[in-house]
Amino acid sequence: MSGQVETATMPNRRGSLTLTVGLVLVGLHVAVALLTLMWTPYDPTGMSGGRLEAPSLAHWAGTDRLGRDLFTQIMIGSRIALIVGFGAVAIAATIGVTLGVLSAFATRYLDDILAAAFDILIAFPTLLLAMLVVAATESASLFSATLALGIAISAIVARLTRILAKRILSMDYITAARTAGASWPSIVFRHLLPNIWPMLAVNFALQFGLAVIAEASLSYLGLGAPPPNASWGRLLQEAQGTVYTAPFGAIAPGIALVTLVIGMNLLADGLRDAGDPTRRGRQ
Amino acid sequence: MSLLDIRGLTLSTGGQTLVSDVSFSIAPGERLGLIGESGSGKSLTALATIGLLPRGFRVQGSIKLDGHEVVGASESAMIALRGATAATVFQEPLTALNPLMKVGKQVAEPVVRRHRRAGETVDRAAVAREVHSLLERVSLPDIDRIVKSYPYEISGGQRQRVAIAMALACRPKLLIADEPTTALDVTTQVEILDLLSGLVREDDMALLFISHDLPVVARVTENVVVLRRGEVIERGQVHAVFDEPKHEYTRSLVDAATAFDKALGPAR
Repeated sequence: MSGQVETATMPNRRGSLTLTVGLVLVGLHVAVALLTLMWTPYDPTGMSGGRLEAPSLAHWAGTDRLGRDLFTQIMIGSRIALIVGFGAVAIAATIGVTLGVLSAFATRYLDDILAAAFDILIAFPTLLLAMLVVAATESASLFSATLALGIAISAIVARLTRILAKRILSMDYITAARTAGASWPSIVFRHLLPNIWPMLAVNFALQFGLAVIAEASLSYLGLGAPPPNASWGRLLQEAQGTVYTAPFGAIAPGIALVTLVIGMNLLADGLRDAGDPTRRGRQ
Repeated sequence: MSLLDIRGLTLSTGGQTLVSDVSFSIAPGERLGLIGESGSGKSLTALATIGLLPRGFRVQGSIKLDGHEVVGASESAMIALRGATAATVFQEPLTALNPLMKVGKQVAEPVVRRHRRAGETVDRAAVAREVHSLLERVSLPDIDRIVKSYPYEISGGQRQRVAIAMALACRPKLLIADEPTTALDVTTQVEILDLLSGLVREDDMALLFISHDLPVVARVTENVVVLRRGEVIERGQVHAVFDEPKHEYTRSLVDAATAFDKALGPAR
């Protein structure tokens, strides 16, 4: 009996630790991003010190080659990364889940067409697809980068949704609900989505991380948020030339990027465990 | 008038005919067994009855459920027809319930739907009472705990009882039971069978009972249709068919069941 109690509580503690660390990391970035709307340590565009100063108490992450405070720019980068990450995932989730569910319900003919379309879209590298979308818009902006990544990711979400939905739709409880006269909105919202949600949520978090990295890549290539919006990707690109003399310029935005992506993934794991009653207290 | 009237039903997919020219009917309150080995087309016939065949099937013939033609009917017409007319209990109790929904909530769903369709206002306390009495009718113990449990927290037999309660909640005229006891152990099987036949009699429901197991069918139904490779090969009263099988295939099924019982003999 005591053995049972132990195995029941241990994974819970592990699960909540994952959730806590994830919440702290993501929460930190969210807090910093909100803070930048009202206050930053220095003016992000103005010179506040010497060029390429090493980290010090006055400049926690040093200064760039124009003498601007790097920590301030990284804080603003948090805001950009969160906007792009959440925006892209929201767009991808809306398009992807809708198309995926539609495909799972569709006639065989339509389903085949949709499935082929997802596969073709996925065959394009995310970044390349995003570059195409950005190129098709007027000029590179925060909005065009978010939209581009959202569209590129939606195919991945759609394919995953389609596969998960098909598995759930073949379950007896769906057939039983349908024999009992449940309409399809009721099937989708009460039975289908709750059952695929844990898997989708984990994937959203993964895609969030990939979107943040992809946005950094787009900015690195000059296709992301234009200045003065200091994206981490642009900071990395600017630091590239001086990476041997002033490595902190590349390390600091790198740490910011990694903590946000890892935090998001941990948060997703924790949420999945908390949201799935069959995992709660078992595993 | 019959509740269910199937005439010349032929189901084919990908050039293969899986059910051919099957006809039978069920009168209100009648209990009919549909038996045959796996792959004989019995479950397909049941799915066709409620218009839930997998995609890509060609349906010929006529299926009249409570006077409405099912073959070629639109999905919205079928949604209105299902539930009030027919409800189903399946073989595998593990997949028959939504794993992420508490039992009480799942049973409440068809209850609420029935009241809504009848145009009545839905009172939460009344629904809870009805769920409670449904679970009482299927003889579940400790209902207050089970209502708050997830499906994985209760046993297979209990899950099957919950599935039956959900089917009852629709107050259907026809209950379709697709091998409802196959996945259960022998003692639980007998309990569920007796429960089912009791409930069907009390509510004056018709029953379409699908199984490969002769003694099981004989326990709950009065008439039987024997299917083999998608064709009806024998039909009649349960005891007449089983005592004096006319077709060789039925005879071999009966012999197999007897041999199996003999082998089990003392244990039973």
